[in-house]
Amino acid sequence: MSDLHEPQFALHVEDLTVTYGAEPALWDIDLDVPPGVMAAIVGPNGSGKSTLIKTVLGLVTPVAGHIRLFGQPIGRMRKRIGYVPQRSTVDWDFPTDVLDVVTMGLYGQLGWFRRPGARERDKAMGALRAVGMQDYARRQISQLSGGQQQRVFIARALVQEADLYFLDEPMAGVDRPTEDIIIALLKSLRDQGKTVIVVHHDLSTVEQYFDWLVMLNTRIVAQGPLIDTYTPENLRQTYGHSAALIRG
Amino acid sequence: MGALLASQIVQTVVLGAALLGLISGALGAFALLRGQSLLGDTVSHAALPGIVLGFLVAGGRDLGAILTGAALSGGLAALAVIAITSRTRLKPDAALGVVLGVSFAIGVVLLSHAQGQSGAASAGLSAFLFGQAAATLRSDLWIMGGLALVALGILGLIWKEAKLASFDPDFARVIGLPVGRVQAVLTVMVALAIVAGLQMVGVILMVALLIAPAAAARQWARSLGAMVLLSMGFAVAAGVIGALISAGARGLATGPVIVLVATGFVVLSMLCAPERGLLWQALARRRRARNLRSDQVLGTIHALSRAHDDPDYPAEQGMLRLEHRAATDAALSDLTARGLVRETTHAPETTPHWQLTPKGHARAEALEKGGRDA
Repeated sequence: MSDLHEPQFALHVEDLTVTYGAEPALWDIDLDVPPGVMAAIVGPNGSGKSTLIKTVLGLVTPVAGHIRLFGQPIGRMRKRIGYVPQRSTVDWDFPTDVLDVVTMGLYGQLGWFRRPGARERDKAMGALRAVGMQDYARRQISQLSGGQQQRVFIARALVQEADLYFLDEPMAGVDRPTEDIIIALLKSLRDQGKTVIVVHHDLSTVEQYFDWLVMLNTRIVAQGPLIDTYTPENLRQTYGHSAALIRG
Repeated sequence: MGALLASQIVQTVVLGAALLGLISGALGAFALLRGQSLLGDTVSHAALPGIVLGFLVAGGRDLGAILTGAALSGGLAALAVIAITSRTRLKPDAALGVVLGVSFAIGVVLLSHAQGQSGAASAGLSAFLFGQAAATLRSDLWIMGGLALVALGILGLIWKEAKLASFDPDFARVIGLPVGRVQAVLTVMVALAIVAGLQMVGVILMVALLIAPAAAARQWARSLGAMVLLSMGFAVAAGVIGALISAGARGLATGPVIVLVATGFVVLSMLCAPERGLLWQALARRRRARNLRSDQVLGTIHALSRAHDDPDYPAEQGMLRLEHRAATDAALSDLTARGLVRETTHAPETTPHWQLTPKGHARAEALEKGGRDA
């Protein structure tokens, strides 16, 4: 707590550069997200949205850069972070059921050699109720629809009881009711003072869902409160000319 | 059979095959789920040069030296695959193919060299190609038993970490599990399982004893624990049955027989397992098609009765058949059995007629509202 006069950002990134091969995926990123907001990271395909949160979470090693979560390096903050990866990154034919997957959210807190028990199952059931999946607890995950898979992933992040949530395209390919449930949940997390950072691909819902915006196209184009950043000029700079049409 | 089991050689073989099944079944399940089947094949082929070098260094058939050599050269091959995949633009399957081919070629060259040099003493070496159950010694059982104990013990200790690192490694990393180390332990144990089976199953087919039982188990299991236990069961059964056949009919190479038995389990499971089995799915499809046809016939009778404003309207069977351009007998007897229609006559006609029961009306109306689950 030495630097009390520096505002404590939920996420603070300085001079971050990531390359895949010779191509830069992220170039000289400076980013600050204050606590208690619901932030969207938007940008065209290949603009580095997923890479950004994967690097912040330590899944991708940057060439250069400095990352702090609530002023701390990621290694000390793992128990306060919730993560929802893209659905397509796992094998949904894995032999397990819905309740078991949600319980996995507690493995980090359990520690070595301890198996989840009744307490963990109760917590997982609570999270399943929150996403409206309590009747599917014993369903094989191979039998879920895309929207149901996503809700299971959200429930797994909920049991983490984190302060800072990262979600990678949680609304991609899900049905309307699922999207509504997810957004309502995320907003209630934000209202409890948690910070929610979402990689988002659908510009038509940005204004409706989020209050903070990060516009990315390998470099940061704009960041800040939605009202200040969601402008035609910024959209044009992020997406090129085609995007001017999107914001009717 | 009784005489066969009384023989000490056969007892040794059966015990060895069972121990091997425990190891390869458990780790095979993880190898299959993590997409490492082909890595297993490469490690097992690459064990051959180590086997021959172990033999040459020890100056005879010393299982400890041979297995150490096998583990080292198999491990080296696995590292080579990882290095090629991460350092070059070769795709993993190409890296696996290259390493498998090169190391097996080196193994065969070394093998022919050793056989040319020491003749009779090295004759047993070629048994490592296809496995030879009868060559198993009592003392070998201690090695295999120790391996089984260690492998299953480690798996039990890191169970939940191994599960999450296999299902969703990114998430596991984010919550702070040492995913790299867990995966390395799993991969090393897969390599050990392969090495343990080389004598009995041989380098060429060992991967089948790793993967086939796991593939069969996947068809039945609804949890990872069930899959691992079933896979162990299939592998033990395949090992014991195959080793017995091989030991009973002298001269049959053990590896291929064990693999054929294991493949039999796979075929059976692919066909018969509930939900995932092909037969089960075909039956379910037929059931769905029949239900659909029944619903259609029910709908037709319902429409006719409404058109005639008569809830008991008797529909003529021949007309129903014309309407649906198909035999309706099966659908009508299905509907009768479910109490939705009943057969009736409509004097003076003598042909069979059908009318809806109150239950039939209720279901037809529910179907009209689009309630598929009605």
